[in-house]
Amino acid sequence: MTPVIEVTGLTKRYGGQAVVDGISFHVEQGEIFGLLGPNGAGKTTAVECMEGLRRRDAGQVRILGLDPLTDGHRLHQRIGVQLQETQLQEKLKVREALQLYASFYPRPADWRELLERWGLTAKAGTSFGKLSGGQKQRLFIALALVGNPDVVFLDELTSGLDPGARRATWDLISQVRAGGVTVVLVSHFMDEVEELCDRVAILERGRIAALDTPAGLVDSAGAEYRMRFRPLAPLDEQSLAAVPGVTAVTRRRAQVEVTGTGDFASAVTAELARRQVVVADLRIEGRSLDNAYVALTGRTMDT
Amino acid sequence: MNGFSRLAFVETKLFLRERAAALAVFGLPVALVIGFGLIPGFGNPQKGLSDQIGTEYIAALGVAIVLATLGLTGVPMVIGQYRQRGILRRLGVTPVRPLTLLLADLTVWAAAAILSVTLVVAVVRIAFHVPVPAAAGWFALSVLLGIASLLALGMLAAAVAPTARSAAGIGWLLFFPNMFLAGVYFPTEEMSSTMRQIGNFTPLGSALHAVRDSWMGIDPRLEYLGIMAAWTLVAGALAARFFRWEQA
Repeated sequence: MTPVIEVTGLTKRYGGQAVVDGISFHVEQGEIFGLLGPNGAGKTTAVECMEGLRRRDAGQVRILGLDPLTDGHRLHQRIGVQLQETQLQEKLKVREALQLYASFYPRPADWRELLERWGLTAKAGTSFGKLSGGQKQRLFIALALVGNPDVVFLDELTSGLDPGARRATWDLISQVRAGGVTVVLVSHFMDEVEELCDRVAILERGRIAALDTPAGLVDSAGAEYRMRFRPLAPLDEQSLAAVPGVTAVTRRRAQVEVTGTGDFASAVTAELARRQVVVADLRIEGRSLDNAYVALTGRTMDT
Repeated sequence: MNGFSRLAFVETKLFLRERAAALAVFGLPVALVIGFGLIPGFGNPQKGLSDQIGTEYIAALGVAIVLATLGLTGVPMVIGQYRQRGILRRLGVTPVRPLTLLLADLTVWAAAAILSVTLVVAVVRIAFHVPVPAAAGWFALSVLLGIASLLALGMLAAAVAPTARSAAGIGWLLFFPNMFLAGVYFPTEEMSSTMRQIGNFTPLGSALHAVRDSWMGIDPRLEYLGIMAAWTLVAGALAARFFRWEQA
């Protein structure tokens, strides 16, 4: 089966500077594909080239077999888009917005059902300007789905949502995918990507630094575990550095932090027991996409 | 309904929901002609106004105010906001083009202007027995060209302004000199000939002359109609050429 999305060597330059620098990937039908990376990594520019909002400078893009540059009209009938930082007309009511956008598409979804599903039924008669940030965000997701799209692009899906609404949104997006819709998710939230995405491309300075399943990324990064504890007896912490698997030992006031790979944690606890050092507040941090991200890109999200 | 008529329908509702704008377009000109129409003796031909009936002159000013208000304050403000709010961008990823929204808005504004002008003509006819425009065909053409030229000028302001604020600002900067030179603040009869000449070359000045003349039954000078047509074409073409669809 041909992939729903095929991107080959996609490049976009601004003033000679490549913001998106030759990225390639493909997305299969029914997949949730994530584009992860810090601000300025080129995620939004890349999806906007795929949506036909921007003209690429080089490379090939095929969405549902259509080139967004030459077949934009046919493509736009079959995709749904939630853009970052858009607003609607201040006095446009929620119901009117959904009816209006539904009227643009050849086979729209039932907008009443979308209102219901996204918890906006009580707000149907409310003007856009009077909605809260979370309600606006849910309206934009509903608008992305109102055309019954085959592919949905969601850019910063859960920005402005409280933790409960984020979880609910993730569940709803999973349902959307269960209906066979392919989802491209742009995000800078690790937890979101880890929870939702089948595969993730990590973008850094316009290039793909890594592309795999979230679990695969964690494995390939060989990310380290970290354990922390507070020894209740004097401890020469540097003696732990010799324990197999340990890569570093640091002390911050009363707390000792040991990082390592493999089964180092058991070895360290065994060593502590041998020295009869009792510890308190023992914590072992598992490997997460967060740590994998740092390992793969050499930096944290915020920098 | 297709995208265009659907958008025009929604934009009409939104236009009417902006109370201040709707009042300025429909209420202000009518209030103006009623206010002046009640002045004793104003229903007679006025010496300083080329023997035009005072109320008829004020009604023509009302028409000019409608055109300038819609074209130079309404258009840049609304289009500037639609760009700044990302509404044009959002439409760019639907099967409907953002251009369709601009065309729908222009249609709604043109219709509002025609309605308001009709209202002014009807009020002065019914309340003050001012005859309807004697050269009706020329009057209609003058009004239509006036609408087209001022909407085009407003679109040009909206097209080149980088932000919603600057679009509105440019609109206001165009509004006052246009109103002044067109003779809305004081009649062109009292202007120096140089100022009158300059005023004739503005779209609003030409519109006001053509509207006044055709109301009195005089065929408007073709120069006025030509100037309005030229503004429409040049400003419209420049707006189309330089329109910014998204805020930088």
